[in-house]
Amino acid sequence: MATLELRNVNKTYGAGLPDTLKDIQLSIKEGEFLILVGPSGCGKSTLMNCIAGLETITGGAIMIGDQDVSGMSPKDRDIAMVFQSYALYPTMSVRENIEFGLKIRKMKQADINEEVARVAKLLQIEHLLNRKPGQLSGGQQQRVAMGRALARRPKIYLFDEPLSNLDAKLRVEMRTEMKLMHQRLKTTTVYVTHDQIEAMTLGDKVAVMKDGIIQQFGTPKDIYNNPANLFVASFIGSPPMNFIPLRLQRKDGRLLALLDSGQARCELPLGMQDAGLEDREVILGLRPEQIVLAGNEPNGLPTIRAEVQVTEPTGPDTLVFVNLNDTKVCCRLAPDVAPQPGETLTLQFDPAKVLLFDAKSGERLGVAAQPQAGDRPANVAQFKGR
Amino acid sequence: MTSLAAKPSISLSRIAIYAVLILAVLLYLVPLVVMLLTSFKTPEDISTGNLLSWPTVVSGIGWVKAWGTVNGYFWNSIKITVPAVLISTAIGALNGYVLSMWRFRGSQLFFGLLLFGCFLPFQTVLLPASFTLGKMGLASTTTGLVFVHVVYGLAFTTLFFRNYYVSIPDALVKAARLDGAGFFTIFRRIILPMSTPIIMVCLIWQFTQIWNDFLFGVVFSSGDSQPITVALNNLVNTSTGAKEYNVDMAAAMIAGLPTLLVYVIAGKYFVRGLTAGAVKG
Amino acid sequence: MSSVAVFSKASPFDALQRWLPKLVLAPSMFIVLVGFYGYILWTFVLSFTTSTFLPTYKWAGLAQYARLWDNDRWWVASKNLAVFGGMFIGITLVIGVLLAVFLDQRIRREGFIRTIYLYPMALSMIVTGTAWKWLLNPGMGLDKLLRDWGWEGFRLDWLIDPDRVVYCLVIAAVWQASGFIMAMFLAGLRGVDQSIIRAAQIDGASMPRIYWKVVLPSLRPVFFSAVMILAHIAIKSFDLVAAMTAGGPGYSSDLPAMFMYSFTFSRGQMGMGSASAILMLGAILAIIVPYLYSELRAKRHD
Repeated sequence: MATLELRNVNKTYGAGLPDTLKDIQLSIKEGEFLILVGPSGCGKSTLMNCIAGLETITGGAIMIGDQDVSGMSPKDRDIAMVFQSYALYPTMSVRENIEFGLKIRKMKQADINEEVARVAKLLQIEHLLNRKPGQLSGGQQQRVAMGRALARRPKIYLFDEPLSNLDAKLRVEMRTEMKLMHQRLKTTTVYVTHDQIEAMTLGDKVAVMKDGIIQQFGTPKDIYNNPANLFVASFIGSPPMNFIPLRLQRKDGRLLALLDSGQARCELPLGMQDAGLEDREVILGLRPEQIVLAGNEPNGLPTIRAEVQVTEPTGPDTLVFVNLNDTKVCCRLAPDVAPQPGETLTLQFDPAKVLLFDAKSGERLGVAAQPQAGDRPANVAQFKGR
Repeated sequence: MTSLAAKPSISLSRIAIYAVLILAVLLYLVPLVVMLLTSFKTPEDISTGNLLSWPTVVSGIGWVKAWGTVNGYFWNSIKITVPAVLISTAIGALNGYVLSMWRFRGSQLFFGLLLFGCFLPFQTVLLPASFTLGKMGLASTTTGLVFVHVVYGLAFTTLFFRNYYVSIPDALVKAARLDGAGFFTIFRRIILPMSTPIIMVCLIWQFTQIWNDFLFGVVFSSGDSQPITVALNNLVNTSTGAKEYNVDMAAAMIAGLPTLLVYVIAGKYFVRGLTAGAVKG
Repeated sequence: MSSVAVFSKASPFDALQRWLPKLVLAPSMFIVLVGFYGYILWTFVLSFTTSTFLPTYKWAGLAQYARLWDNDRWWVASKNLAVFGGMFIGITLVIGVLLAVFLDQRIRREGFIRTIYLYPMALSMIVTGTAWKWLLNPGMGLDKLLRDWGWEGFRLDWLIDPDRVVYCLVIAAVWQASGFIMAMFLAGLRGVDQSIIRAAQIDGASMPRIYWKVVLPSLRPVFFSAVMILAHIAIKSFDLVAAMTAGGPGYSSDLPAMFMYSFTFSRGQMGMGSASAILMLGAILAIIVPYLYSELRAKRHD
């Protein structure tokens, strides 16, 4: 296994064309699982191709271990890749597919057989070794593709949306299996996906990308709790974070956000002391699970009464939509709370968890609120914590 | 998928449809039947009977004479067609491989130029080509004809393979490159084994085109190096002596049988070739 | 390019690999540039020279083209091409479409019938020409057959009639190519969106009307492809003429391709022949370029 470091990696397809990748900077340790996540066209697949050597970079360096591999061809980088379409060689048997790369590297047949046996056992595909890819199911093909990568024992594993072609149920199963396998084998892995749930559950480190730039690089928890900008905040989390545009006010020396539900008003005091933030057009960010039903005893946290617009019972939660400041806001409440449209609820907020973003640039404003360590007032009803 | 008719029923319209179709079958078959019949008649039968009259004596004399005259040219055609088909197919496959999976700057432009070449009226290149063949010492040789057929068959063969290979996902090539395979290894061990259908199409298409060619034959060969199409035309259109239609028809059959047989045996590849060429790439 | 950090050089194997695709394509590129475009240019140049039996590079301006303009045979050939081409394309299209529509009606033994319709395409035009020359033989061919069958006094001497000989070419060519057009349209019909048909049926339209108003119009691209291919065949028609009529009687069934061959190789008029070849190229371009242009425009609209 090896470390991976990307230093100021740039890529353009031609003079005059916009950069596909701009100044990519990140590094992961041996055995770490890095996720590249973002919407289509953000450059994550291009970045992966560059790491693999399938495409060249126009600036910067890619280091595997302490070796600069930027100019090296794919086969010299000691990398294995699992493709979204699996890319199994259709005219060869499963065994021949796994052996292909090993044979090219001129391994001895006895060693090859050993490797194939090891990998087949690991992925439980021993009974499939003599079949052709066309005779396998999607899940089986996926395992064979992984087997082909594992047999090579490379320094780094690359996965390009390997679960996207599977149906939902299989996808969830395979996700857990991948995590298990990573825990066992401790392989340095780079994994591309557009699914933010995969990003959160599988990664040690996550890089959120948009338009060829890394918007934020950190652990899943960081990205979730401390998004660096509006895009990251909106991309990660389901249902997505609520964004309420408003203008900050200063009252009695404190910075306030004024919420209006049509029925009542509420002042949210914000901890930031930055001068110059009043009268700023901002966007308030609040995750659905951070809006709760007010308990019977007041605990000092601001509350507001609001009329229920829509209720969506999902099974594990009930999503309740209200209007605040003319914006549709989603609250994630306990499943046994089942308000009817038109009912009034009293909702409660924790200002410490509120995030502020500049309305124009989307950048996160102010010092991050106190890190959400997960302890909350006891009398607040159901809370979907992270 | 399936047709637009509701339910096949015995209605007047269906009878009419079948009638038309069967009539068409007869019309398409009549020339072939006539050729065969005539080839097995004696000259007397030909002058006394008509196109569809049965021979009073089934005589192979037409065939014997025809074969005697054209057999050398038959072998010429084989000497020309077989190498030309194989070479042009091989080059087309490699070209198609490069154009679909190893694109580089200018390769798309080249493909465009090549595509345009499919429409080229050969009259525009006949003269320069014959000069060149002369300079190369290949004028009036079967080798010269092989050369010409390879050159002017390249456009189609490359088109066939390129269009076929374009539908192969390039993740396959990427995976192979990561496995360490190089340009020729990928071609030999991955792409070629997948190419059987298009190879068949190309071989059959090229065989038919080259065997049936007349223009190149008549321009670039003479005397001993002529292919059978030229020999047939010479035979049929000579005005000396009495016309021996049985010999003429037998010779036409000899010229046409190889491609006809290929069509009967491997017809579906032939059709695929036709429609592959017709449907825009 | 890459950073200043020390990195292992790409191996010579890699350098070769980067060049291999280009190397492999190079011979073909050379052949295409020289053998296609280079030669066309050469012929183009020759058409402006005074070449006769041998190429000479004496400038003749547009003299050869003028000679073509004044040449009665060239006019006959061009007129014949228009007549032959128009009839060939029109009749082949009608027959091809008709047969395709009929075959689309879930016919038993469809595959067998299709095979029969298509076999003429497997034959050389020389064989086709030879066969039809015999069939249309004045006195011994179809006319004798029909007379023997009872139609007394039937005469079919188009082959030797300068005004009608072109029709013989049309008959043979239609026989050869209509199966192919049938196959093209059958494939097109099979690809038609069924839901459009069903909507029309619910609207109460009869099948013939549905075909005429809904299905065939949706096959416009196939029509264009078919016309292009048939036009291409028509312009290049040489084998058929050589076998059936050799341009005769006289030169009444001459076509441009035959003219070019004749003047260039038999009559030692390379300059004129080259000019005629260039004009043939012009005719093909006149058809292809608008077609390609409209195709590209269509793509951009998508």
